[in-house]
Amino acid sequence: MSTQLNSKIPAGPLGDKWSSYKEDVKLVNPNNKRKFKVIVVGTGLAGASAAATLAELGYQVDAFTFHDSPRRAHSIAAQGGINAAKNYQGDGDSVHRLFHDTIKGGDFRAREANVHRLAEVSVNIIDQMVAQGVPFAREYGGLLDNRSFGGAQVSRTFYARGQTGQQLLLGAYQQLARQIGLGGVRLFNRTELVDVVTVEGRAAGIVVRDLTTGEVTSHAAHAVVLATGGYGNAFFLSTNAMSCNVTAAWRAHRKGAYFANPCYTQIHPTCIPQSDEFQSKLTLMSESLRNDGRVWVPKNPDEKRGAAEIPEEDRDYYLERLYPSYGNLAPRDISSRAAKRAVDKGLGVGPLKNGVYLDFADAIARLGKDVVKERYGNLFDMYERIAGENPYDMPMRMYPASHYTMGGLWVDYELMTSIPGLYAAGEANFSDHGANRLGASALMQGLADGYFVLPYTIGNYLAPMLNKAIPSVDHPEFKAAELAARERFTGYLNIGGTRSPDWFHREVGKIIWDYCGMERTEQGLEKALSELPALYDEFKKDLRVTGSGESLNQTLEKAGRVDDFFQLGMLMCRDALERQESCGGHFRSEYQTEEGEALRDDDKFCHVAAWEWSGDPMTAKRNVEELEFENVHLATRSYK
Amino acid sequence: MSNHLKDIILKIWRQNGPQDSGHFETYKVDEISDEASFLEMLDYLNEQLITDGKEAIVFDHDCREGICGTCSLMINGQAHGPERSTATCQLHMRKFSSGAEIVIEPWRAAAFPIIKDLMVDRSAFDRIIESGGFITSITGGAPDANLIPIPKPVADSAMDSAECIGCGACVAACPNGAANLFTSAKIAHLNLLPQGQAERYKRAESMIEKMDEYFGSCTNHGECEAACPKEISIDVIALANADYRKAKLKNRKFISRI
Ligand SMILES: Cc1cc2nc3c(=O)[nH]c(=O)nc-3n(C[C@H](O)[C@H](O)[C@H](O)COP(=O)(O)OP(=O)(O)OC[C@H]3O[C@@H](n4cnc5c(N)ncnc54)[C@H](O)[C@@H]3O)c2cc1C
Ligand code: SF4
Ligand code: FES
Repeated sequence: MSTQLNSKIPAGPLGDKWSSYKEDVKLVNPNNKRKFKVIVVGTGLAGASAAATLAELGYQVDAFTFHDSPRRAHSIAAQGGINAAKNYQGDGDSVHRLFHDTIKGGDFRAREANVHRLAEVSVNIIDQMVAQGVPFAREYGGLLDNRSFGGAQVSRTFYARGQTGQQLLLGAYQQLARQIGLGGVRLFNRTELVDVVTVEGRAAGIVVRDLTTGEVTSHAAHAVVLATGGYGNAFFLSTNAMSCNVTAAWRAHRKGAYFANPCYTQIHPTCIPQSDEFQSKLTLMSESLRNDGRVWVPKNPDEKRGAAEIPEEDRDYYLERLYPSYGNLAPRDISSRAAKRAVDKGLGVGPLKNGVYLDFADAIARLGKDVVKERYGNLFDMYERIAGENPYDMPMRMYPASHYTMGGLWVDYELMTSIPGLYAAGEANFSDHGANRLGASALMQGLADGYFVLPYTIGNYLAPMLNKAIPSVDHPEFKAAELAARERFTGYLNIGGTRSPDWFHREVGKIIWDYCGMERTEQGLEKALSELPALYDEFKKDLRVTGSGESLNQTLEKAGRVDDFFQLGMLMCRDALERQESCGGHFRSEYQTEEGEALRDDDKFCHVAAWEWSGDPMTAKRNVEELEFENVHLATRSYK
Repeated sequence: MSNHLKDIILKIWRQNGPQDSGHFETYKVDEISDEASFLEMLDYLNEQLITDGKEAIVFDHDCREGICGTCSLMINGQAHGPERSTATCQLHMRKFSSGAEIVIEPWRAAAFPIIKDLMVDRSAFDRIIESGGFITSITGGAPDANLIPIPKPVADSAMDSAECIGCGACVAACPNGAANLFTSAKIAHLNLLPQGQAERYKRAESMIEKMDEYFGSCTNHGECEAACPKEISIDVIALANADYRKAKLKNRKFISRI
C-alpha cells in the first residue's frame, strides 16, 4: 500500500486559501524569534531571500554554500526575465491568468493551491526587488518595461537586459549581506552539505564538509531549509553551471524525504549546439530571443546553400506552421521536440547538422539593428564569442539542452518535505511547475518561496517548539552521520581505479540523455535501468581520485556528486518508466496524439509520484499524491 | 569545421595550500580543438594528470558563461587573458596558435590569499558589500514598483555599473592591488537610483573605508578598466570619490545643499 501524503492545502475557495492560511498561522513573538536557529543551505534566489528575510524577522540564521560567495549561485546565470501578474501593460493580465497559464503550461500536473499562491505573491516580488535597487528595464516615461515569454499571450516578464538572474540575485545577496554585516546571519562559504541528520523523525541539522580543509563537522538547528537548486547536470551536458548537483536533495532523500517526479526535466529549445567532444557544458540563449527571432530549417535535407541564400519558399518555419497562434513562442517542451524531429529528419544545420536556425534578419529589417542590439546585444556578443559567428549577419544555430528540473523534493503547501522541520525551496522542490515550467517562472518561484512563503510557514512549525531543547551535535545521530561522511570520502580516495569522476559523469549522463531525455520509450528505459547499475558498480570499483582529503580537492568533490547522480539517474528512469503517459517535458513515444503531441492519461496519472528511499534507488517505493482540479478544466494543451 | 592546435606549452602555478611557497610547473598539451574553451583545455589536461596518477590543478570556475565571476586566471600576465571584455571562461583556444607558450597564474593581490594552485580567496569583496553595498528595505514593506518612475537613462547607467560580476580582475591588474573599480561600481549602481538616496553618503563612506582595510590605494593607473570583463567605466571611481568627500563633511545636514 502506498502511504497517504498530506499536502496540507487549506480549505476554502482557491483565491482565499493563502490569506486564510496567513490569518490562522501560529506566530512566534518577536522577542522569541532569536531563540530559534534556522539553517539555510544554498544562497541562490530561494536561499538568499529566505535567509535574509528570516534574519530580518529575528531568527538566528546559519547560511551555507559551496560557492566562495553567495553571489555566485547558479541563479546568477538566468538571462531572460521574471514573470509577475502586474498587468502594467494593460493587456489583460491578472493573478488568475498567470495561475491558469502556469497550470496549463505544466500540463495539469501541478497543485492548484500552490500555483495560485505563486501567482498572488508574484506582484510583491517585483515591488521588493525594485526597492532593493534592481535596475529593471524601463520605458522612456520611467515606468517598468515588459516582454513576453513562451506559453503566454500577455507581456508580463520583467527583465534587466539579458542579465535578469544576475540582477535579482545581487539584490537578494545584498539584502543577505546586510544581515551578515549586522550579525543576523552567519555565512559558511566553500562549505558543502554532505548529509542531513534526523533525530526521532525530525530534522535536527546537517553534516558539512569544509571544502578548503576537508574537515567534516555538524550543525544543529530547529529547522533546516534546502534551497540547493536543480539536478539538470545529471545529463552531464546541460546549461547549468558546472558545480550544480543533486547531493543535498539526494542526501535528504536517503534520510526519508520523498523525491517527487524525478522524470520531469526540462529541455530548453535554444542552446548553442555541441561543437566537439571536449565540450564541458552547453550555453543557453535566452528564450526572449524567440520574441523577435524566427525558427526555421531548410526544406531539403541536402541543402548546401548558406542561410542567407536559401529563398523563403525553401525554408520551413515549422513552429509558425504547426502552432500559428503561439508561433515561435510555443512552450519549451513543444519547441524542443519540434527541433529534435527536424534534426532527426536530417534537416539540421551547421557543420555537424545538429541545429536549427534562429533568424533575426526580419527583426533587423523591421526594427533596425540598434533596437535589436539594445534588446539582445549581450546575448549576440556571447553567441559570437562561443560559436565564432556573428548573429547580425547570419542566423544563430540552436539545439535543445537540459536546462531545468521540475522534479525535486516533495513538499506540502508549507514547503515542508516529508521530514518534519526540513523544508525545500526554489528549484530543489517539485512544487509549482508540474510537468513543464514556463519561461521566467523559476526566478519568480525561487523568490516567492524565500521571501513570501517560508517566512510564514516556518513560524508555524517553530512556535510549538519554544523553550524545548533540541538535539546537540554530540547526539549519536550526528556522530554516526559524520563518521559515514568521512568514510564515504576516504572510500573514494582509496578505490585506486583507473577512471576519473568526470569520465563516469560523462558516461552516466549519456545514458540518461539517450534514454531519459527528450523522448523516452519503455524499451529504452529498461535498457538504461540495466546499464546504470552496471556502470555504477564499475564506478565503485574503478574510480580514481588523486590528491588527498585534507586540502582542497575538486576531484574528490566531484566524486561525491557523481555518486549521487548515479543513484538519482536510476530513480529518474524508474519514474519515467512507471509514468505510462506523456505530459509536458516527459514524453513517452508510446503515448502521443496523431499529431505527435503529448497524450496524458488523466484517469491513471493525474498524480504526483513521490518516491520513498528503501536503501537502493532500484527498489524505491512509489507513493502518490492525487491532484485535484477544482478551478481549471483538465484540457488537452493546445498552442495551435 | 574545427582545427586542431598542437604542442601547447603551459607554465602553471602550483601551490599546495596557503602556507606553501609555490612554483611553476610545465605541462604540454599535444593536441586540442580550437573550438575548445580555455578552461576545457585545462579540464583536458587535468584528465591526463589524473590518468597519470597526479593531482589535478585547482582552479575556480562555475557558470562558464561569463556571468558568475568565479573564474579568475592570469594568462600571460593579463587578467582573464588576451581578449578584451572577456572573462577567462569565455576565452577560446581559437585565440591561440600551435606551439604557443602560455603562463597561467592565480590573481596576485595581498587581499586575495591563495587557497591552492590557481584559486584565491576573494571574501574581502563580500566584506565590502556587507558594510553598505545594499539598500535597506526589509521584505514586505515595499511600495508599488511603478510608484517612482526612474528615467530610462538613469536606470541604464545604474545597470551599466550593476553589471560587475565581482571577479576581482580589476584588483589583480592594479599595480597597487586596489579595489576601487569594484567598490565604486556598486556605489554608483545604488547611488544613482532614487531608491538609493537615503543611504547614499553613509554607503560611500562605509564601503570605501572597509575597502581601505583590505586593499591598496588607487593612483589612477586605469589598468582595472582595461582588464574588466564587463567594461565597467573608470568614471564610477570619480563618482564614488565625490560622494565620499561629501560624506566627510562634518555637518551632514549640509550635504543636500551641495
Ligand atoms: C542558463 C539558465 C538561464 C535561466 N534563465 C531563467 C530565466 O530567464 N527566468 C527564470 O525564471 N528562470 C531561469 N532559469 C532557471 C533559474 O535560474 C533557476 O531555476 C533558479 O535560479 C534556481 O534558483 P535556486 O535558488 O533554487 O538555486 P541556485 O541558484 O541553483 O542556488 C543553489 C545554491 O545552493 C548551494 N548548494 C547546492 N548544493 C549544496 C550543498 N550540497 N551544500 C552547500 N550548498 C549547496 C549553491 O552553492 C547555491 O548557493 C535559468 C536557468 C539556467 C540554467
Ligand atoms: S569591476 Fe570589473 S574587473 Fe572588477 S570585479 Fe567587477 S567585473 Fe570584475
Ligand atoms: S566561470 Fe562564471 S564568469 Fe567565468
